[in-house]
Amino acid sequence: MSLTIINQRRDQQVVGPARVDGFAKISGAALYVDDLPAVDALHGTTVRTAGAGGTLQEIVFDPAINWSEFVVVTAQDIPGINAIKLLENDQPVLVERTFRHAGEAVVLLAHADPEKLRIALKGISLVELPNPSPIFDIDDALQARQEIIPGNIYADYLLERGDVAAGEYLADVVIDERFLTPSQEQLYIEPQGMLAHLQEDGSILMEGSLQCPYYVLDALVQCLGMDKDHLRVVQSTTGGAFGGKEDYPSVIACHAALLALKAGGRPVKLIYERGEDLRVTPKRHPSRTLIRLGANKAGELQFIDMDFAIDGGAYRTLSPVVLSRGVIHAPGPYKCPHIRIKGRAVATNHPPFGAFRGFGAPQSILAMEVAMDRLAKKLGMDPVELRKKNLLCTGDLSPTGDVVGKDCFAHAVLDAALEHTHYQQRREEYNAWNAAGHPTRRGIGLATFAHGAGFTGNGELHLASRVSLQALANGHVEILCSNTEMGQGAATTLVQIAAAALGLPMDSVHLAQTDTSRVPNSGPTVASRTCMVVGGLIQKAAGQLLQRLRETMDLAESYDAQSFAAACAGLYAAGDALVTAHYYPPADMLWDEQTFFGRAYASYAWAAYVAEVEVDMITLETHVIDFTAVQEIGKAVHPVIVQGQIEGGVAQGIGYALYEDVLWNERGVMANDRLTNYIIPTSADLGFIHVVLLEGGLGAGPKGAKGVGELPMDGPAPAIVNAIQQALNIDIRQIPVRPEMLLELTVSGGN
Amino acid sequence: MPTTMRINGKAFQSSSAPNARLLDVLRNECDLKGTKEGCGEGECGACAVLVNGKLVNSCLIPLGQMEQAEITTVEGLPEDSALARAFVQCGATQCGICTPGMMLAATALLAEHANPTLEEIRWGLSGNLCRCTGYGRIYAAIAQAAGGSADV
Repeated sequence: MSLTIINQRRDQQVVGPARVDGFAKISGAALYVDDLPAVDALHGTTVRTAGAGGTLQEIVFDPAINWSEFVVVTAQDIPGINAIKLLENDQPVLVERTFRHAGEAVVLLAHADPEKLRIALKGISLVELPNPSPIFDIDDALQARQEIIPGNIYADYLLERGDVAAGEYLADVVIDERFLTPSQEQLYIEPQGMLAHLQEDGSILMEGSLQCPYYVLDALVQCLGMDKDHLRVVQSTTGGAFGGKEDYPSVIACHAALLALKAGGRPVKLIYERGEDLRVTPKRHPSRTLIRLGANKAGELQFIDMDFAIDGGAYRTLSPVVLSRGVIHAPGPYKCPHIRIKGRAVATNHPPFGAFRGFGAPQSILAMEVAMDRLAKKLGMDPVELRKKNLLCTGDLSPTGDVVGKDCFAHAVLDAALEHTHYQQRREEYNAWNAAGHPTRRGIGLATFAHGAGFTGNGELHLASRVSLQALANGHVEILCSNTEMGQGAATTLVQIAAAALGLPMDSVHLAQTDTSRVPNSGPTVASRTCMVVGGLIQKAAGQLLQRLRETMDLAESYDAQSFAAACAGLYAAGDALVTAHYYPPADMLWDEQTFFGRAYASYAWAAYVAEVEVDMITLETHVIDFTAVQEIGKAVHPVIVQGQIEGGVAQGIGYALYEDVLWNERGVMANDRLTNYIIPTSADLGFIHVVLLEGGLGAGPKGAKGVGELPMDGPAPAIVNAIQQALNIDIRQIPVRPEMLLELTVSGGN
Repeated sequence: MPTTMRINGKAFQSSSAPNARLLDVLRNECDLKGTKEGCGEGECGACAVLVNGKLVNSCLIPLGQMEQAEITTVEGLPEDSALARAFVQCGATQCGICTPGMMLAATALLAEHANPTLEEIRWGLSGNLCRCTGYGRIYAAIAQAAGGSADV
């Protein structure tokens, strides 16, 4: 096994080419949706339900307002199906009669003057018959005394290997815990928005901030009842997404399009203000986990028994997919003969929850990793020792029942993390510090985990992604794919992969703008799949292009830029300059989505994260002094971009652990709907984040790369919780770990 | 009464109401779209500009206060500078929506501390939220632009 270690902080030689979008963003020239030129545009706004579900009785328009000045859209104006196209057609585009949560769209308005729009918004009142007993709690939903949907269950999965009863018999030590995680807001700094243009030929051009252009296209087809050929979705520069712009842009696009259809040819801009974005767009699913772990005296896991439930909110949206990933990641990177993970996504009267970096995995991994520390404590064993005894090795059976292959680095990442952090020495130093009566307490904690890249199981097969390369007359090559740059560096990484595969400098390769009238559907930009899956397809297409250039244009085996350009120009002139690669799954990719058996992901990235914290004993504020993120990611295609992804993900994870808490009012609406009171980390809050990359070169992507985007979200919260537990000798069962909670725990003596 | 100011070195007169937000004047009247609106309440710093060399959030500044002010937006920064090059090389921009504000925060910081310590960089950027980077690559870019080591 050859393992390359890149410790980026101390080795500035390892860099990468400049980001292709770098200068446009730094100079302010990059155009985001709100910056797009739109002559004579109307501004749109949305009238929303107030109650947490109920029945809409009447829409009352204030007679004092001249409504003929406004474009007004209600459910009656929908030419197609009144449902947002996703896994299920349960979510209306506009409420007609019944609704399930506060903040559902009922009326859309547009006007050229935003001030008049603000006044008009107050001139519409909705007469609602409210739902008398809304559900906001996961266990209340499971009890189903009131039903939003039958049984209040969107999805119910079971991952079961062996027999937990047999494991119980073999276990000498058992722990039984309950963990809660809150919702978390993606908080992309650019709020969501769309700009719709009705063209002269009756077609619609939709531009906006989005992750998945074909999701938006499909939603428009269904809602407008229009042919795909009359709809065009173009991504504008997207100011962050993190999963938050996976499904919701379809909602805004349908709304903007409905307004545009009645706006007499004037473009319609529908851009959310921050508060509206926070109140109505999907966030991370809250979770409740009941977990029991059993081990023998030697510390070998005998069983993992988990009841993992997530709040899906009022419509199904992406909850089944989030739940599936949460269930598969729940047992962690450990070998254990008896596993039962029961997962359920429940219906409540919250706005629907959605994708956010890691979807489902950060929730279940938090429970598993904190439970592992609890088990270590009960065994009287060091948490590192417990993990070493149980981490997967090549040849072991994974929790989903497949044999772990050579691409297994669970021990390697832990060893590297211990070495880089001087873990044992630190632990002793912190114990000494805590015993010496300082006004602070210090702790070190860790989490070991793996994150599967790409769609789960057969998902990639169902997607049937396609990527094209177009040879241009000037000898350059254009990449045509539907995957989006949203900050994660996809534009640079994909160009880099194509350039390397074609043996060209990067400036000879261009990524086409994500425009559904030009690019094939290479699947959504989600699930850490872009570099690995789409990058792989680009590499494949490059091979096809080279083959065609050799066969039809006599390109030599070895060529220079000039001969490549001449061959390209020839191909272009012959009208045969487009190649398309199609996705085929790896041969050994067998997965049963009913029983959760087989190989869930083409590749797992492996990680060990270590948090060092200091808790102020007067304010009970926790500060992460040092954070070390060690991960094996196959190959770092662009080390600087990878490092940025990991540091950014860790920062979001620190926020999840310590600061970020979505608070709800009595109607199930986010109460802290401002950046003043929804707190994300600033530069002053974060300590050092060290990134160590290991490259085993065995991933399913180009040069053995694996997906990396979501991975860093999984580990920080459990590592930080474990560190605080060590610092204060308390048991924590909920995040975020705010001072108020620590006060309660320390006053109550830790339990 | 119109408000007269200098924006990126050029005289500009706005006849908007004195309580108009500087952010809207810049974006809508001057077509300077590099100044972004992230929160509208002075928390995120995406709309940061320099007013008489000081870093301010333009969403909180009423036009009426800008009489005779010297305003610099991201478009007024030099196209090619050590700072711009360092931002690209070090990976200091990801989605880019906070970047114009960050560039102005960095400019203000370097004007005050030509060779800032890491602590000074941290505090200098603490009014500008970035959700993508975790700030590490931005620290590296500023340190590099200041001629120091990017090893932060």
